[in-house]
Amino acid sequence: MKIVVCIKQVPDSAEVRINPETGTLMREGVPSIVNPYDMHAVEAGLRIKEQAGGSVVALTMGPPQAEAALREVISMGVDEGVLLTDRAFAGSDTLATSYTLSAAISKLGADIVLCGKQAIDGDTAQVGPEIAEFLNIPHVAYVRKIDGISEDSIRVQRAMDEGYDIVESTLPVLLTVVRELNEPRLPSLKGKMAAKKAEIKRWGAAEIGADEGKLGLKGSATQVRKIFAPEARKDRTMLKGTAEEQVSALMEKLRGLKCL
Amino acid sequence: MPIVIDRDKCTGCESCLGVCPFEAIVIKEGKASITEYCQMCMACLTVCPEGAIREITEPAATGGPAEDYKGVWVFAETRNGKAAGVAYELLGAGRSLSGKLGVTLSAVLFGAGRSEAEELIGWGADHVYHSNDPVFERFNDEPYAGMLATLISKHKPEIVLAPATAIGRSFIPRVAARLRTGLTADCTSLEIDPERRQLLQVRPAFGGNIMATIACPARRPQIATVRPRVMKPLKYDKERKGLIIDVEAGGLNSRTRVVQAIKEASQGVNLQEANVIVSGGRGLGSEAAFKMLYELAGVLGGSVGGSRAAVDAGWLPHRLQIGQTGKTVCPRIYIACGISGAVQHLVGMQSSDIIVAINKNPEAPIFNVATYGIVGDVFEVVPLLIRKLKEAKGL
Repeated sequence: MKIVVCIKQVPDSAEVRINPETGTLMREGVPSIVNPYDMHAVEAGLRIKEQAGGSVVALTMGPPQAEAALREVISMGVDEGVLLTDRAFAGSDTLATSYTLSAAISKLGADIVLCGKQAIDGDTAQVGPEIAEFLNIPHVAYVRKIDGISEDSIRVQRAMDEGYDIVESTLPVLLTVVRELNEPRLPSLKGKMAAKKAEIKRWGAAEIGADEGKLGLKGSATQVRKIFAPEARKDRTMLKGTAEEQVSALMEKLRGLKCL
Repeated sequence: MPIVIDRDKCTGCESCLGVCPFEAIVIKEGKASITEYCQMCMACLTVCPEGAIREITEPAATGGPAEDYKGVWVFAETRNGKAAGVAYELLGAGRSLSGKLGVTLSAVLFGAGRSEAEELIGWGADHVYHSNDPVFERFNDEPYAGMLATLISKHKPEIVLAPATAIGRSFIPRVAARLRTGLTADCTSLEIDPERRQLLQVRPAFGGNIMATIACPARRPQIATVRPRVMKPLKYDKERKGLIIDVEAGGLNSRTRVVQAIKEASQGVNLQEANVIVSGGRGLGSEAAFKMLYELAGVLGGSVGGSRAAVDAGWLPHRLQIGQTGKTVCPRIYIACGISGAVQHLVGMQSSDIIVAINKNPEAPIFNVATYGIVGDVFEVVPLLIRKLKEAKGL
């Protein structure tokens, strides 16, 4: 079984702030981590390999420092890491990102492609299904349980808004996974050693045989027009005094509005 | 479009270095320079005191494919053969866009009967593309994506709105990729740029505390998803006239098969229907601390929810998460306890009538959306509030 897991390096949590005076990002000192949902995809890949044999390759696209994310998942037991990095990829929206990742997956070959359900920085949940479309393979999103795998099919549970579906798919397939699927393992000592020594493959546009016009900004359909801080509410009242006084003032306000 | 530094204007003052989240600006020979780490997030554009950092904009696409595309479409999701409430909300949003553009509003309805198609007309649709083919009875991505993409290619709408539900978020990206067009997820507001006839899509960006306006300038259709309860439906008008167009579902293959669809009854009150919500975040510090929130909610006859931080920490189940990746709520009163207020949370609750924020950090962004702000320790304020409410109610 050839398994490819797509991961993304993201800033830790949602601690990014905007400077209200300059309107710019304040992201200093925010460490990078592997997107938490992708950790569950990695764990799923490792478990499938343990059960069905094969190999797990982690794939990421990003600036050169995204290599750290690949080393982190190699320490969990991933066999190999591939970093897609090229100035030509910069400015990619989800369409260009999916195209780029799909070109690399075609080159690697995969029976199962795994992605986290979404990345915590963009929260779009689009890249997984878009990769499947570019690869012309089926996908199942929001997988919460893998019930069984055979040589040419898989049975999973897909989380829905009002319950879940039991879904069967042919292989190759792409799955996006939710947290409920598993508990990601911690790196082993042996894994950490392997991670240190691992040679990370670096591929650019030429190595994946990509069509330049479909990459980066040129290949992106969407554009960010403007970035702005949300506006403060106009009728805001900051209550004053001790906790007791503030609570009393709040009670008065709510009473006045007939909320109590 | 590419970001460049005008070396003549740059004084090497370094004020741009700190704002780049990707550390992609370095000083070379006394001047700022952008490296390959640049992700074109545009965070640096406004920071340069000399105005030396700018974006090279390409001339707006004129003519070309965009001109052939007309009309606004809404994908009307169904649940067990009935249109979901979010379909009516999207028709409300779609009506406003189609009005501004002077075009028709169409709905696309799969897997429901003709009476449901007629309902959609009452909620604002001029046309309904309708198929009740058995292939749509259960949700499989490929037939849904295939049929919608085929209809779009044939009728060429300029805008397509879809719900950001489990179904919409799963198959709409396939449609966008197949049509090689743009898709913007979880929009919180939609506007039209009248000059360029473009859809302006507003959504939270960078996982945190800022919003972005996103456009899809040169490709069509412009596709956006919107979460349930974000848009408002129009008033239902049973006299409204429209046209139902039956479409033939042929040649749709599916490599996935839904073996069984299991409904899980949601436990407790539906957050989205609660009148009062008491919500907790990272500031609560533990699952045990939520006990006082349940007590406060009990006194007020409300429900308890939380931020992503609280859910990620395992203090609350995911179904109680409020925010961009959880539920969007608009109760009469929303009491945020120990929630700092990342944009991703704010977009899920800021349309509440009255927002009370309790946080010890006076700078917390939650106070920007608060009607009443209390700067203080939640462990002091919440018990006090419970006591006073009980006294007032004679409990």
